[in-house]
Formats: sequence, structure tokens, C-alpha cells
Amino acid sequence: MSDHPKPEDSNPDTDAYAHESELEAHLQTKRMYVNMGPSHPATHGTVRMRVELEGETILKADPEIGFLHRGFQKSCENVTWTQCLPYTDRLNYVSALMNNFGFLNAVEKLIGLEIPERAQYIRVIGSELHRMQDHLTLVGATGLELGGFAPFLLVLEGRELIMDRVSELTGARLTTSYGRVGGLNRDLPEGWIEKVLKSLDKIQELLVEVKGLLLRNRIFVDRMKGTGTINAEDALNFGFTGPCLRATGVDYDVRKAKPYWVYNQLDFDVPIGEHGDNYDRFLMRLEELHQSDRIIRQAFKQLPGGPIIVDDWRIALPPKPEVYGTIEGVMSHFKLVMEGIQVPPGEVYDATEASNGELGWYLVSDGRGRPYKVHVRAPGFPILSSVSHIIEGKMLADLIPTFDTINMIGGEVEQ
Amino acid sequence: MDRVSAHLPEAVAERYVDRAGGAWAVIHAQHLPAVVAFLKNDPELNFKLFVSADGVDRLHLAENDPRFEVVYFLRSLTLNEHVRLKVRVTETNPEVPSLVPLFKGANWWERFVWDFYGIRFTGHPDLRRILMYEEFQGHPLRKDYALRDRQPLIPERPIKDIFRGPGTSGHS
Repeated sequence: MSDHPKPEDSNPDTDAYAHESELEAHLQTKRMYVNMGPSHPATHGTVRMRVELEGETILKADPEIGFLHRGFQKSCENVTWTQCLPYTDRLNYVSALMNNFGFLNAVEKLIGLEIPERAQYIRVIGSELHRMQDHLTLVGATGLELGGFAPFLLVLEGRELIMDRVSELTGARLTTSYGRVGGLNRDLPEGWIEKVLKSLDKIQELLVEVKGLLLRNRIFVDRMKGTGTINAEDALNFGFTGPCLRATGVDYDVRKAKPYWVYNQLDFDVPIGEHGDNYDRFLMRLEELHQSDRIIRQAFKQLPGGPIIVDDWRIALPPKPEVYGTIEGVMSHFKLVMEGIQVPPGEVYDATEASNGELGWYLVSDGRGRPYKVHVRAPGFPILSSVSHIIEGKMLADLIPTFDTINMIGGEVEQ
Repeated sequence: MDRVSAHLPEAVAERYVDRAGGAWAVIHAQHLPAVVAFLKNDPELNFKLFVSADGVDRLHLAENDPRFEVVYFLRSLTLNEHVRLKVRVTETNPEVPSLVPLFKGANWWERFVWDFYGIRFTGHPDLRRILMYEEFQGHPLRKDYALRDRQPLIPERPIKDIFRGPGTSGHS
């Protein structure tokens, strides 16, 4: 009798020794419906995916949103233009400043208003700080959801630094409401620039560690490369913008295509990918972190003095001594607070580059103190709509890195 | 837009420029797919990026007939320009041809407009509500939908000391 059992022999120790015939046996699979979410740990945000599975292959995926819907448009249409600001904070709760400034920029376009240069620089600095915070979150969360906890801790440290700086600037960590129509709420605090520069240095150090941990990790790279791929044509067809579009090789960044504020006076590069897969989208974010760092440092060097808000009492609140000392000041203050800014009737579509892509605003004014119509073109909305296209026919495990790198933000998608 | 007017003269109802310099065109609903296909496929125009779409209820505006507008924003990467299109539909027959055969991105935006304004898109493959639940009655972004109108799936508990958003008295 030979040492090796034949397939037809009975095997008393199956767990320890598999027959060749057993290895080739057909695995029983059946079609399953799996509900991922709402609030699945791998889908940071409230979204429910109804996934139809054949074994581990996704046959159909239907993302269902709306769990966070709070009536953003309807709420904005029933308050004054300035009172919309807190609602815009909550669109993307990781980068509130960009949403604030994007909305204000559209309102200022509608009025036909040029804001002071210092305010433009501070808006750029604030936006880029929050872009860094958004990308840091994505980088850390992607590592975390693919099983690496250390990068997430490192990234959180960087995020905390930015949050501290933002709270020194605006008074709030998360929901900033910092801008005002015509400029900003307040000027930079004393000694803030040095603090930001120190924080930026620290974040660059942390990034070196994070990159070492993730980009040289075989498991991480294997799960990211070649998964969640979308080509340029489909990406455009769906309406991708931002890093997700640039990862497919299309060079479109609103900051370069239609420069607003002082972006045309700053020197930075826009990274472009080629494969359009998860790994490219991830690398886009890493590279943009460095570019934002560059932009902020340059902006500090060029930062001019001067006012931070326009001197027009029909738009900006008068200075407090004027409110307390003159009847004109009291009147303007009262009218602005009670009736809101009287935006002349008309309509405008205006876009800025938020961390996930083009943040577009279509505003209609009927000439009174409240917006008649506020449409927000959230960058995440079209990107999320493509998930079923990207993921169908792929493995269930690929859904997680795909969901990470498209960076679905519940607040803006579900308004 | 000049090229669109030259190519499909019967499609364009009106053209104007807004205060910020954006060019607009009002398109007759039945010609919308032809206009968008021309904008997308013409090699010189190349409007291949579907930016967004939304509806406007013009009920309280000075000019409010027909009542609804659907606005479309497309972007050309070669021209580095946005194009802004409008389609006007009446309250009695709010129907617009769907753009899903041309742009996959139109799918969710059209569902959004259907959900919030009740404008139907003929030829849309999957015209369901997108943010509200299926049992929801009415279309909440219409101007005649009251701000305080609530349709909770489970009864809301009365909370006396919390301000529940604009338009509410604070007492539900």
C-alpha cells in the first residue's frame, strides 16, 4: 500500500489532508441578497447598498441614498442669503470652509462684487487647509478599512493639527460658517501663520510615515491596484470631476481651468493619473496634499494687508462703533439682519474646486432678501451614481476600497 | 450656441446672457435630445462632461408661464466652457425627454428632479424617487408645498424647547 491515499480511499483525517478530488470539487454557491448599510462600517456615510451576490461576485448593486436628507434647498430658500451659510457647512462636514466660500463666491458673482485681495488670499488658505484635511481623512480611512490601523492614527494627528488651526481661525472645529458675503468674518489671529507653518511641517513628516506603511504594503497595493477601474469616457459620461476624474487621465481642475480668487498668482501642479483605478485615485490625494502645502506656503508669503470685507453697508455689517454711534449704522445693521442682503434679480451658475471636484451653485434671486432657488451640484453625487457601473461583475471585497476612494460624503450627496 | 442655432434653428426658443456673463439657451422640450447630442458629438464643441441638472419652480417669479424649468449644465473640455440649457414645461404636462441614453450621469439628476418637482422624464429607465421615500406624497421643492408640511414615517414626538428649522413655530 502506498503512502498516498487514492481519491476513492476513505480519508479519516479530512481536515489535515485534502484529496485532490476534494480540491477540485465544485463549491456550492447560491444567489444572495446582502444589505450593506445604512451606516455600514465600510461605507463611511449613511448609504444602503442592496447587493446581489453570486458567490463573491457582485451581480447587481443598487445604492440607496436619502437617509440624511434634511431639505437643504428648501431650507435655504426660506432664510436670508447669509443664513444659508450654516447649511453649507453641513454639506461636506470635513471641508466646511470650501463649501462656505464656494457658496459665497456664487452669491458675489450674482451681485457682481469683487472682494478685497486679503480676503481672497485667506479664502485660498482656508480652502487648501480643508482640502488637506479632507484628503488626510480619505488616506487614513482607506488604510483603516483595508485593515491598517497605524496609518489612521498618524493621519488623525495631522487632522487634529488642522482642526486646531481652523478653530483658532474661525472659532469652530467642524462647522465653521467663517465667510461672509463680500469677504470674511474676521482677520487672522495673532501668531497664526507661524502655527500653521509648524503644523504643515509636522503633517509632511507624518505623511512620509503613512506612505511608508501603505504604499510598501503588498496587501494594500494588491487590493487597490486594478480594482474599481473606470475609463475616462465613462467618467465624463457620469459627470466625474476632481481627483476621481483626474485619476482617469483627464486634466480638469477648476482652479486652473477658470481661476477664481488668487489661484492664478500661485504656482502649483495638478496631478494626473492614467488607470482610473483605486490606486490612482489614492495617489491623487497624496500628491494633492503636497500641492496644497505648496499653495498655503506661497499664499502666506504673498499675503497683502488691507481690509477683509468690502466697505459697503448694503452687503457687509457696519463696524460696531458705527452701529452704536450713528443712526445710519443702526439702520444698515438692522436691515441686513432682518431683511438680508438685497441681491438683484437674476441667475448664475458658478463653480469652485472642492476637495472632491467641482462644487457648482446655480442661484436664482427674485430681488428680495432670500434666495429664490439654490441648487448645489455636489461633486459626490454623480460619482456615487457610478458605483453600480464600476462594481458590477467584480468581487465584493473590491467594493470597500472603491467606496473609500470615491469618497462619498453623505451630507452633500443627500443634501 | 451660434453653431447650435445654425444647425438646429427650430430648437432654440430664446438666448440671453446672465449678469455674470454666462450664456443661456432655452430649448423646446422635444428638441432637447437632438441639441444635447449635437453638443456632445460635434468634435469642435465636445461637451462631454455632464455637470448637473435641476428644476426651478417659477410660481412666484414675475414671469411664471410655463411654470417649471429644467436646467442643464454641460462642460466642454476642449473649449473650457460651460453651456447652460433650459427647458420650460407647463404644470399640466410636465414632461421632458430623458437624457439617459446620452449621458449616464443624467440618471440620478433626473430622478432628483422627478422626486422634488414632479417633472417626468420620458424614456428614463428607472424613474424612482431618490432622496424621499416611496410613500411620500407630493414634491417638496415645489413652491406650493408648505415648508411646515411634515410626513413622518413614524409619529414625531412633541419637543417644546427645540427650534425645528426655518418656518416652524418650534412646536411640532
